[in-house]
Amino acid sequence: MSHEHGHHKETFITKYIFSIDHKMIAKQYLITGLLMGIVGVALSIFFRMQIAWPEESFEVFKIFLGEDYAPGGVMKNDIYLALVTIHGTIMVFFVLTAGLSGTFSNLLIPLQIGARDMASGFMNMISYWMFFVSSIIMLISLFVEAGPASAGWTIYPPLSALPQAIPGSGLGMTLWLVSMAIFIASSLMGSLNYIVTVINLRTKGMTMTRLPLTVWAFFVTAIIGVISFPVLFSAALLLIFDRSFGTSFFLSDIFISGEVLHYQGGSPVLFEHLFWFLGHPEVYIVLLPALGITSEIIATNSRKPIFGYRAMIASIIAIAFLSTIVWGHHMFISGMNPFLGSVFTFTTLLIAIPSAVKAFNYITTLWKGNLQLNPAMLFSIGLVSTFITGGLTGIILGDSTLDINVHDTYFVVAHFHLVMGISALYGFFAGVYHWFPRMFGRMMNKNLGYVHFWVTAVCAYGVFFPMHFIGLAGLPRRYYSNTAFPLFDELADVNVLITIFAIVGAAFQIVFFWNFFYSIFKGKKAPMNPWRSNTLEWTAPVEHIHGNWPGEIPEVHRWPYDYSKPGHDEDFVPQTVPMKDGEEELHH
Amino acid sequence: MTGLLVFIVLVLIGIAVWQLTKIFDLTQVGNYKDDSEVANDKDNSINGYLMFGFLAFIYIFTIYGLINWSQFILGTPASEHGSEVDNLMNISWIIIFIVQTLTQFLLHYFAFKYKGKEGQKALYFADNNKLEAIWTIIPVIVLAGLILYGLYTWNQIMYYDEDEEVIYVELYAKQFGWEARYAGKDNVLGKANVRFIEGINTLGVDLQDPNAQDDKVVNELHLPKGKKVVFKFRSQDVLHSAYMPHFRAQMNCVPGMVTQFTFTPTITTHEMRGDAAIVEKVNKINQIRSKKSIQLVAEGKEPLDAYTFDYLLLCNKICGASHYNMQMKIVVEDEADFKKWLSDKPTIVSAWKEANASNVEPTTEKISPSQKDTTKVAVDTTKVLAQVTKK
Repeated sequence: MSHEHGHHKETFITKYIFSIDHKMIAKQYLITGLLMGIVGVALSIFFRMQIAWPEESFEVFKIFLGEDYAPGGVMKNDIYLALVTIHGTIMVFFVLTAGLSGTFSNLLIPLQIGARDMASGFMNMISYWMFFVSSIIMLISLFVEAGPASAGWTIYPPLSALPQAIPGSGLGMTLWLVSMAIFIASSLMGSLNYIVTVINLRTKGMTMTRLPLTVWAFFVTAIIGVISFPVLFSAALLLIFDRSFGTSFFLSDIFISGEVLHYQGGSPVLFEHLFWFLGHPEVYIVLLPALGITSEIIATNSRKPIFGYRAMIASIIAIAFLSTIVWGHHMFISGMNPFLGSVFTFTTLLIAIPSAVKAFNYITTLWKGNLQLNPAMLFSIGLVSTFITGGLTGIILGDSTLDINVHDTYFVVAHFHLVMGISALYGFFAGVYHWFPRMFGRMMNKNLGYVHFWVTAVCAYGVFFPMHFIGLAGLPRRYYSNTAFPLFDELADVNVLITIFAIVGAAFQIVFFWNFFYSIFKGKKAPMNPWRSNTLEWTAPVEHIHGNWPGEIPEVHRWPYDYSKPGHDEDFVPQTVPMKDGEEELHH
Repeated sequence: MTGLLVFIVLVLIGIAVWQLTKIFDLTQVGNYKDDSEVANDKDNSINGYLMFGFLAFIYIFTIYGLINWSQFILGTPASEHGSEVDNLMNISWIIIFIVQTLTQFLLHYFAFKYKGKEGQKALYFADNNKLEAIWTIIPVIVLAGLILYGLYTWNQIMYYDEDEEVIYVELYAKQFGWEARYAGKDNVLGKANVRFIEGINTLGVDLQDPNAQDDKVVNELHLPKGKKVVFKFRSQDVLHSAYMPHFRAQMNCVPGMVTQFTFTPTITTHEMRGDAAIVEKVNKINQIRSKKSIQLVAEGKEPLDAYTFDYLLLCNKICGASHYNMQMKIVVEDEADFKKWLSDKPTIVSAWKEANASNVEPTTEKISPSQKDTTKVAVDTTKVLAQVTKK
């Protein structure tokens, strides 16, 4: 692709709004994702306050939820469920899928493979703007009269289909479905673009086994997205049919508000299958990019090659493959045939193998390194830590026998928040700290970064570690208040502790946001390659130009992990440096 | 007031951040002025030590949790398969604790030990097939064991022998409550569908079905000790989940479908109330409740009731606004007591008759469930549907 756009005069609109430059689109994704993140986290603080101090009146509820949702400052019980639902939806899809993958796939795929831009810049732009529209619709749904969607982020019918069952299943749910349909279209366009770009636009010498692990992760993530997101789309479509046109795909034999509804022959279990066919891969759509980012950052900051490069690629592919055949572990007690439970237990526990390989490879990469503990590196190490802590409890939840008693309790909440929520969030933060200079040409303040990491790390454990215990005590998730059961009275103090950790942790994200926005304008000017990294993105000029490199596209001569290679003076050898006479590849 | 408190907290957090960054800044002064925003030796050293400190934090927090919170965990299982489940759970926990302790140690210790120093060079160590094989094969072996044990137990729980002597109980879920139906003497549950719901026949039992004649509907679940109970679950509106944590039992209730779970209760409610852990738990809860009651009375409100232990059925699938309060008491008793309790309950048919005694005789066209035509084999469903639409 030649660089012919250069002489076009860029207006404000083409440069900052309807930009087709992948670097600008990445920044748009990042900022939209972060803003959605503020909403998602704020909602979680609201419902955590309700859990810790049930049915108390709060000024903040009066301000933010208003008289309709919190009369006299006391949160209503259906609004509690609405907050839980929208928190989950926003965090999973808008922050950790679009925000994380959208930002770093867009920024890094072209820059790290040596391409001028994405395969289709126009489609990339459409993808962002559809994401933006879906975000706006999701936010609007927060303000409709009966409240936003309230059936949980998994929107299981019939609860999500019948406004009689919960008020949020009226207009709020309609907006949710519309928003998600647009979101899926956006995500698919993005994913197709990533796949095509990685396959076709790699620069000379950039073979698949010289790709940085980030690109591998984004590439495989995009493939899972293309395979699984359309299934959610079909589920959403069928649900729209059931809701609006009287079909019975998911509904049957329902008696509600004193009358029998006409639905006959459908099954909510079918919806669960369709939903989790996306829903489980979605976990890896969220997690794999974070692991890719971490691989790159840990190698760079350890000044060592990533240990077991090929094993890392193999484990990414293995995880991706397995992720599409394990969805049933969310449904062990849904009423599906117990034989299927056996099959899904088997496939699910297999995922632990590639995951263990990844964790051990990270740890070995640190061994005998020369660790540069930049904020990005701290978040990456933090990711490995929460990935292990959260992942290990997966062998309990993935085992159908054990799942019976912990299914849908706080144990599940603890597990998935650590293993995919916090881990992916750490990956997100790590990526922002690491590639901020690449995006904005300035450095973020490292000391604020350290404060941000250490407080977040302590609070994340403080919030989710105690949840394992209250889950094992049998406390179900999505309970507005635990006061209806005297049995749970003794858990009240723990819930207060969790909420305090959550509030402190959330408040300290202000440090990050301040650092982020301040540094965009006032940060120290960044050098070209601040972290002394090998990958191609650091060979492009600090000032962004459309087309990425002013002259020829750089040629690649080696893999990206030649850190501290014997026979070189510097402890890094960029991919553009040709092999010396007689220099050998020391990796397999 | 709250607003002021929030404001004060925010100000204090602001001050804390300012102080913390100052500390980080001050640590730079001694060495050399560096404003590159890239970690230098001093940063590596501080954060390396903090990594080590964080490892200690994880360990201490875990130990603190185990000491203070492990008493919350459900104690003695009250069902036959429950001990198998707990066994597998304990094995899994041992593995998890070993792996967690070791890997977190290695991760944080390496982060501390190999913190960067000027002039230090990292080891170029790109791969090692032997090591990778080790940490592929070890998880494979461990997981194979867990999978086999897990599947064995799962099949024990989920399937039951048709020849066994069992009793059938239907658990019926609706927003926001539970009802139970016993199969009666014939030990067969009569047919039911939401389209039969009318008046006191809240479960939509087909009162014409011969098998339904002796069915009994109750609001409190009683189970005989030592007898295998096969639960049939139904829901009339949205998804619910019948969660009986003390029995290690749970199954979703799905509208339009009958789901099933089987277990044998092994400890009566009375026996469980004497369990040492339960006695301690109940005492603790009552202390909390009496403390709270004093506060409530001071505010001019009703005090809380004292808590006595009971088995519970909870809803564990988000089902609507009052999901958090959808419960039913479960009583496990000796078979004789159970039989006596059940025999005192009226059958659904007699209850229906009684409730409709004052009504005028139904028209001939209308299917009257009160007609005592037990010989009739099955109801013509199309006719019933027509009835429903007519109304």
